[in-house]
Amino acid sequence: MAILQVENIQKSFGQTKVLDGISFTMEKGDVLSMIGSSGSGKTTLLRCLNFLERPDGGRILMGDEVLFDAADRQTHKESEIRKKRLHFGLVFQNFNLFPQYTALENVMLARELLAKEQPDWKQNRRTIRKEIEEASVELLIQMGLKDRMGNYPHQLSGGQCQRVAIARALNLHPDILCFDEPTSALDPELTGEVLKVIRELAEHNTTMIIVTHEMSFARDVASKVIFMDEGKICEMGDPQEVFGNPQMERTKQFLANYAQQG
Amino acid sequence: MQELFQQISQQMPIVFKALNEGFAQTLRLFFVTLAGALPLGLIISFGSMSKFGPIKWLTRMFVGLIRGTPLMIQLLIFFYFPGLVLGKNIWGSGETGRFTAAAISFIINYAAYFSEIYRGGIQGIPVGQEEAGLVLGMKPGQIFFKVKLLQMIKRIVPPISNEIITLVKDTSLARIIALQEIIWAGQAFMKGRSGISGAIWPLFFTGIYYLVWNGVLSWLLGRLEKKLDYFR
Repeated sequence: MAILQVENIQKSFGQTKVLDGISFTMEKGDVLSMIGSSGSGKTTLLRCLNFLERPDGGRILMGDEVLFDAADRQTHKESEIRKKRLHFGLVFQNFNLFPQYTALENVMLARELLAKEQPDWKQNRRTIRKEIEEASVELLIQMGLKDRMGNYPHQLSGGQCQRVAIARALNLHPDILCFDEPTSALDPELTGEVLKVIRELAEHNTTMIIVTHEMSFARDVASKVIFMDEGKICEMGDPQEVFGNPQMERTKQFLANYAQQG
Repeated sequence: MQELFQQISQQMPIVFKALNEGFAQTLRLFFVTLAGALPLGLIISFGSMSKFGPIKWLTRMFVGLIRGTPLMIQLLIFFYFPGLVLGKNIWGSGETGRFTAAAISFIINYAAYFSEIYRGGIQGIPVGQEEAGLVLGMKPGQIFFKVKLLQMIKRIVPPISNEIITLVKDTSLARIIALQEIIWAGQAFMKGRSGISGAIWPLFFTGIYYLVWNGVLSWLLGRLEKKLDYFR
């Protein structure tokens, strides 16, 4: 059974139709690469999944739970949406780390706030905090940031910041981790270290959606590729097929442009 | 010349006692204004950022009115309006009444200025900070207190410092309703008080009180600014 089911998502900003009937499904462990030119709606789609934008139409299902149904106002409640967001993690293009916290504090903060809402927090505060700290340290080590945990974001390179941001998202154990052009704000030299981390996550069967302009990476890491154009899914399938043998004229054109630049 | 200095040195104890009392009143007005206006300004800034149109526009009109008219007029109106127009002096009599009226005028006036500084500070925080908080499952209150507040404070310390320095000097405006602050105390020796009249040097000395106090404040606020330098 599909872990994520997206049905006919529609979204307009004013007169501009940004998403026009997006539907796809994902299985657990899938890595979905989303490619397409700027303005094709990839980022908006990710933002809809994370409830930073509210779709005008369509449904989003996680397992058999309806997370969002444009026709059902019950699913639009802000207090409910906050919990549903936790099914997804989102790593931003510009990291959006909290500047006043160290790398470790950035990773710990949200999880600690969630733990505070649990009834057992008062009794076991010390142990819970310690557990969270240990898990966070563990994640930062996994990201190769063992020596950087006490640094503030402005003391870190872009690649290090992005790895902190990935650890921060992972610490809430999202069902699906979303990346919005995670390397677009980085120097070419720093891109590799972030892509390496994402590759490792893929090897550990992390379910991910990755919006990216790194074509060879998208091809290597993905189990499924979506090519978007003008708010629609133009082509979808196995990476070997989409990249190696694209069916649609628009996909061929897009990939040819990239091959030229690359 | 020697006579003048001798006279001044005789007058000194009396004058400084009076100036110290006046300055105590100045400081009281200063601290009460800050204690009231800093939090009230935050509430007003939320009003001026409200998504509900009427609240937003009413608040912004109010802020415009307060910022667009002199504090001195506001002081006079606040102090005299109830007694002259409503026929009832709600402030109570004597120095306590004058202080209450002055404090309320100052709090409202400074809260209006502070609210605009807060608004700038909050709206200047990149929207990505809020979005990062949201996708991490934080509540709006948590995002404000745990993510935005300190970033806002860092941004507003320099402009708020300016306002605070100005406030020190603005307290002298309360002289217009005869609040017995330090200018009032110094001026009294020109007109005649405790057997001293025609003396202008006490008024000069009031300036030193302001200078010293502003020096202390500048130093403290500078340190606060430095303290917040640990992040960007």
